[in-house]
Amino acid sequence: MRARKALAVGAAIGSAVGAVMLRRRSGRSRDRVELYFDDGSLVTFAQGSPEAVPLLLHARELLAAARG
Amino acid sequence: MSVSVNRVPPAADALAHLTEISTQVEAAVVLDREGAVQAATVDDERAARIARAALELFRQADAQRDQDLVQLDATLGDGSVFVVRDEERLIAATTGAGPTAGLVFYDLKSALRSLAAPKPKPKPRTRRAPAKPASTSRKKTDEST
Repeated sequence: MRARKALAVGAAIGSAVGAVMLRRRSGRSRDRVELYFDDGSLVTFAQGSPEAVPLLLHARELLAAARG
Repeated sequence: MSVSVNRVPPAADALAHLTEISTQVEAAVVLDREGAVQAATVDDERAARIARAALELFRQADAQRDQDLVQLDATLGDGSVFVVRDEERLIAATTGAGPTAGLVFYDLKSALRSLAAPKPKPKPRTRRAPAKPASTSRKKTDEST
């Protein structure tokens, strides 16, 4: 009985840790650019869209330059 | 594209203040609309590279729509990039991963505002002295006499 309880608690903790790690990993791989225009509109280009490619390229250049 | 570096003291002061108040900003560069560096928290060579990349990024992003672009941020794996512009210049900054974007934008805009030339105060309108009300009082004349 006690062993079964410990197993259930362990499984719950394991799945929670796994969910957090998955979310962090997916969040990290989602590079994106957000553009704010003077009429108040916001446009987001996520990695993978054709518009994002040149923008993310320059953003990475900028970040690399800043970090030497 | 060649980028010149011509440091401007007020811009350096604005960046010094920015890095003092913002713990998230790692590096920042102020540049004019042609890409000339006015101030930076990094050495000239890195500042020129940042300015070049920021200008290209901003121009390409601005071309995405008919409206004017006012600011942008790029979220990358291990950091973020911010660019904000006003009428005369741009400020580009980098942060670590997961910054509070709203706060960074606020700090960058404050830095740009502090650099903007103070607008001349409108001349105070000269107020005309109110016309004297027509005198209705009359000397009392003793008509009873």
